[in-house]
Amino acid sequence: MTTEPLSTPPKRKARNFALLSNRAGAAFMLPAGLLVSVFVIIPFFWVIFVSFTNRTLIGPTALNPQFVGLGNYLALFDPATFFQRGQFGFSLILTTQFVLASALIGQALLGLLLAWLIQTVPAWVKRITETFVIAAWILPEVVIGFAWFAFLDYDNGTFNMLLESIGLPPGDFLLQQPFWVIVVFNTWRGAAFSMMLFNSAFSSIPPSYFQAADVAGASSWQKFRDIGLPLIRGHIVTDLILITMWTFNTFTPFLLTNGGPSYRTELVSIYNYRVAFQDFQFGKGAAVGVIMMLINLAFALVYLRLGRKKVPKS
Amino acid sequence: MKLTLPAFVGRIAFSALAALIGAAFALPLIWFIFAPFNARAELGLAVPDPWTLANFVTVFGNSYAVQALWNSFIQATGGVILVGAAATLAAYALSRSSVPGKGAVTYILLLFSSVVSGSAAMVPIFLIISAAGIMDTHIAVILTFAGGLLPTAMFILRDFIDSIPKSYEESAMVAGASPVQAFFDVALPVIRPGIVVVVVWAFVNIWGSFLIPFILLRSSDNMPASVAIYSFYSEAGTPIVTLLAAYALIYSLPVVALYLFVSWKFGFRFFGGIKA
Repeated sequence: MTTEPLSTPPKRKARNFALLSNRAGAAFMLPAGLLVSVFVIIPFFWVIFVSFTNRTLIGPTALNPQFVGLGNYLALFDPATFFQRGQFGFSLILTTQFVLASALIGQALLGLLLAWLIQTVPAWVKRITETFVIAAWILPEVVIGFAWFAFLDYDNGTFNMLLESIGLPPGDFLLQQPFWVIVVFNTWRGAAFSMMLFNSAFSSIPPSYFQAADVAGASSWQKFRDIGLPLIRGHIVTDLILITMWTFNTFTPFLLTNGGPSYRTELVSIYNYRVAFQDFQFGKGAAVGVIMMLINLAFALVYLRLGRKKVPKS
Repeated sequence: MKLTLPAFVGRIAFSALAALIGAAFALPLIWFIFAPFNARAELGLAVPDPWTLANFVTVFGNSYAVQALWNSFIQATGGVILVGAAATLAAYALSRSSVPGKGAVTYILLLFSSVVSGSAAMVPIFLIISAAGIMDTHIAVILTFAGGLLPTAMFILRDFIDSIPKSYEESAMVAGASPVQAFFDVALPVIRPGIVVVVVWAFVNIWGSFLIPFILLRSSDNMPASVAIYSFYSEAGTPIVTLLAAYALIYSLPVVALYLFVSWKFGFRFFGGIKA
């Protein structure tokens, strides 16, 4: 569920009569309505409720949790420990840096570059490049996690083999630079989405625009800057919002680093998992969940606002 | 068209850059192409000599690994049937009936589905499954995935059904079909391609997912392959690389096959949601 895409709200059409009666319509919607209520709507409200209790997974407060008011939130935002490693503030800042570096800079820029490049290169180069970029995106996350684990292995990994072959010293990057490992990893894992979105945006631009620029003697960079970029501005905004939300919620780096070493890759999703399922503090974990959902809500509202604006135009 | 020299050089530079980036993307995956066929595979990259299928024999001899693949199949198939059926009915109703407030329903669902992600809602989902008394069962995983994937599946399908003219069902109803008959006999065959896309998308999502089964399942009898692979390399001390490599390949095959199927049949645009 981490890579659930959003779609633009469907357009409303005037209808003179309905094919399905209201009763049949309601019956048709019932199964989906039940499932979505129980697993999407109720969790939203339940997580808020649990976040005000001291519920735990085991022990006496597992069955009889007590109301603790804002206790969990005060603990999360305690200024004395907020920025310490392994605390909420640390993981929040880490996640912000992770989103900035791997989604907004890494995925978006690399996706844009790739989308632009494959417009002009020979078909076979395009196909091979696309295949590997999409494979990184489509393969299951545990497989990708293990592939990178093997790739970065200190003794035998392909990456150190490459470094040594060009005369550079090998490194145990999962231990020494874990944050940059997950940044590169997430960029690699997710660039396909941006590439495909921008690719389809570029190919919807009428070719005559570029032909006219060619006649005028424009360079590739000028065409990119003055024609390509302005015409796909809407797609760029959409892309940035979506990849920000997905990267903010991603749990996949856990498969590579387990949040370690010593909390250096503990993103908020991993922090939430540790607090709730390793330290068994459900109340505190729920409070983390509430904050994550509020941040998601802010992004989703921006996205839906933009989506709604786009509807009348199309 | 005549190519000037700078344009020609530029074209080569572009191709070289694209190829270079492609190679960088391929590097972490190359190991996977060789290791499953290498009887002495380690984490390092080596061309198998000789090529062998011994690792696959090891996988199929490991009952836990086989059981996990089967569990993945049960959970993904169950989830897909539920998502496909419920989303088709609901999307059809949203498109073809005039149930009051369906615009608001759509908007609210869209909002919630993007706010309630697996990693933000793990605590309440765990509590709901626990309260329902179905912890550590296939049905827990199936229901959770169905609920989470349904909103998006409904939007994809509603978009699709909206694009089909109502006149098909109208003419059937003029000829005397009931609305339910018109749905099953006329509309359903027409919207089948849309359902196929949703079903494939849901299958890939459930098949590849780690966090939900990791939280909701306890006993190794119920673990899907995603959790099994993870436990092979995280808890085993020294991972049995030969087994892992072959297993990861087998586990990835359905996803790759479905991707190829969709891109051949429908053209791989946007697997879900955004049709830009």
